[in-house]
Amino acid sequence: MKVRVRFFAALREHVDRAEVVWELGPQQTVGDLWDALQNAFPGLGGLSGHVAFAVNQEYVDSAHCLHDNDEVAIIPPVSGGSSHVPSGA
Amino acid sequence: MYHLAREVIDVGDVVASVGDSSAGATATFIGMTRDHNGGRVVRFLEYEAYGGMAEQEMERIGREAADRWPICKIAIVHRTGLVPIGEASVAIAVSAAHRAEAFAACRFAIDRLKERVPIWKKEHFEGGEVWIGHAGGTPGRDPQHVPGDARTDHGELSRG
Repeated sequence: MKVRVRFFAALREHVDRAEVVWELGPQQTVGDLWDALQNAFPGLGGLSGHVAFAVNQEYVDSAHCLHDNDEVAIIPPVSGGSSHVPSGA
Repeated sequence: MYHLAREVIDVGDVVASVGDSSAGATATFIGMTRDHNGGRVVRFLEYEAYGGMAEQEMERIGREAADRWPICKIAIVHRTGLVPIGEASVAIAVSAAHRAEAFAACRFAIDRLKERVPIWKKEHFEGGEVWIGHAGGTPGRDPQHVPGDARTDHGELSRG
């Protein structure tokens, strides 16, 4: 399956692009995707634990299962370095 | 009214949008771009938003505020792009029958916005630029210096 991955702010500058289309095997989670992205873009390596994730514009945690054509956003800290899904998500 | 603004925010429009014949109070919060931060002289600020999700999260905050307090209407507008010093980066207006709930809901809205609305701020200061790990432009409150906040170690993501 393929997903569209979007990067913002500091992350966008680290990877030098705003988005990529990423090919994944079946039954992959957001966490699996994030591991793969960190291998592909070493600039992301130090940021693990400092980012949140959204799929199709809703916050999710790293165990969320991906589907074909999902839009995945890697969300750098929006409030002082929050490292988890914002409360109430 | 929930939107991102590329141009100057018309605060009068934001306030007018929450007008309601049953409201006896309107509380507002205006986040302004200031000329200093952490000992640096700030030249201007730049805001980047995840369009679509940002407005959706603002709407969610409006619903949460309405669930908690008996408010009439709420509006949230956030600037994006380059913002000169002294301009509004965010404007929130809340109308309610009485001032207590208007103030409370307005405070709640700006606090929630900074927690979860995907908008990022880049500070362009004399000698450099840095992404700040929070959204908005609250004067007098720097989340990087909130006592006991474990997140303060990585409040900034320096470039390069």
